[in-house]
Amino acid sequence: MASRRADWVPWAKVLVWAAALVPLAVLLWDATHGGLDAEPVKDIQHRTGKTALVLLLITLANTPMRRATGQGTLVRFRRLTGLFAFFYACLHFGSYLLFDLQFAFGDLAEDVLKRPWITIGFTVFLILLTLAVTSPKVMVRRLGGRRWHALHRLIYVAGIGTVLHFYLSVKKDVTVPLQFAALLAVVLVARMAVAAHDRRKRALRPSRDVT
Amino acid sequence: MQALFSQALPAQIMLIRRPPDIKTSDITNEHLYWSRREWLAGVGFGVAGAALGPELATATGTARQDDDKLTPYEHVTGYNNFYEFGTDKGDPKANAHTLKPRPWSLQVEGDVKRPATYDLDDLFRGMGVQERVYRLRCVEAWSMVIPWSGYPLADVIRKLEPGTKAKYVAFTTLLDPKQMPGQRSRVLDWPYIEGLRMDEAMHPLTLLVTGVYGKPLPNQNGAPVRLVVPWKYGFKGIKSIVKLAFVEKQPETSWNISAPNEYGFYANVNPTVDHPRWSQQSERRIGELFRRKTMPFNGYGDQVAGLYTGMDLRKYY
Repeated sequence: MASRRADWVPWAKVLVWAAALVPLAVLLWDATHGGLDAEPVKDIQHRTGKTALVLLLITLANTPMRRATGQGTLVRFRRLTGLFAFFYACLHFGSYLLFDLQFAFGDLAEDVLKRPWITIGFTVFLILLTLAVTSPKVMVRRLGGRRWHALHRLIYVAGIGTVLHFYLSVKKDVTVPLQFAALLAVVLVARMAVAAHDRRKRALRPSRDVT
Repeated sequence: MQALFSQALPAQIMLIRRPPDIKTSDITNEHLYWSRREWLAGVGFGVAGAALGPELATATGTARQDDDKLTPYEHVTGYNNFYEFGTDKGDPKANAHTLKPRPWSLQVEGDVKRPATYDLDDLFRGMGVQERVYRLRCVEAWSMVIPWSGYPLADVIRKLEPGTKAKYVAFTTLLDPKQMPGQRSRVLDWPYIEGLRMDEAMHPLTLLVTGVYGKPLPNQNGAPVRLVVPWKYGFKGIKSIVKLAFVEKQPETSWNISAPNEYGFYANVNPTVDHPRWSQQSERRIGELFRRKTMPFNGYGDQVAGLYTGMDLRKYY
């Protein structure tokens, strides 16, 4: 069993890498073949932002999916999808720094302080940065499992913050942000169901020890 | 074809009212049609230039910065905010084919000597088409440079002879969800409404636009007639207008109703008054990667700043 698992995981990881790089490849192709829309910077920001959000949702769905399917091995893809979410968040934030601010950090401070949707987006970026830096195994060991897990619960804050950032950035038609909010709600409810199930099991265990 | 008949053969105006499934190009050779239109447009501009004097003709016709290059036709007609056809920038081009811009009636009401419902071509008869290259600054902080053609609103207003109680002009867009499917969604209160103070409406820069790039206005740009006020944010440029009302009180406007803290009645381009969610200090010219500084009154301050002397433009944004 263990050897069979080792067989397919590396191949699946290659597939995940390939799939996660498709949006970037399409973006680069469009950027070099006149495929971006009339406001190319907005287009880049919307695409990288949405891709980051999708990957974040996939990462958040990891635990519920694992429990629903009984495929414990799925956990080995969680860090990968999470890091790709961070990667697209970097492109998203980076294009804003480069094209909108031209690295004027005073303007960044003004935006972050004055505009709630940017405050939220920037906070999410800092969270993802923290989680990415603490994602290697050596960091898990250094922090200790319990503290590491507590820190990485910030991923839920990041998920909610990202959807809020998207919602607040839209001028009028909030249909798409609301669709993402619904997806997020499904994932979070599933995650809470898993947590409730675990709590019940833990509560049962001592009573079994007594008898 | 239509324009030609209405200009040259007014007695045969009934010919215009034909089934809409016959394309103009089926009747008149397209090249001939355009060359005639260009000739008419050229005559119009020349006449206007002579009438207004060299300074104003320069100011209104070609007031441009050195780096104000025309925004390509495909962007001008493919990147639009026209929520009556959907909220994405590409939606109007994809969906606006359902709009029928001819025949088109324009209702004129309020304190005015000649209130009536006019056929659009009748209203403009005898007036010269003018070509104007204007910057367009959207409140969303993008901008374009567009060669419009149309008629100064002031000329139309003079023709209609408003009374002394006419302090404002109120504009209304067509309300017809069959032609404008976006009106089935409640994203704004339909129909779209806009307004100008009388002195703004009478300003020589203010244009009723019927064409772009020397061609009739495409549906997605607000056919058959729209407003263009180049020193104001783009949303003041109400499209597919069916009603002009000369009124005493400041009219309500769609975006102000929708979000009063974000969009005011005046909506003059002003880099010192931020939108609550973004800065208005800079803008991105469509087709460019980096931002440029936004100019007060979109660069038309020399001509229009006097309209607002003594007004606190932070309060009247």
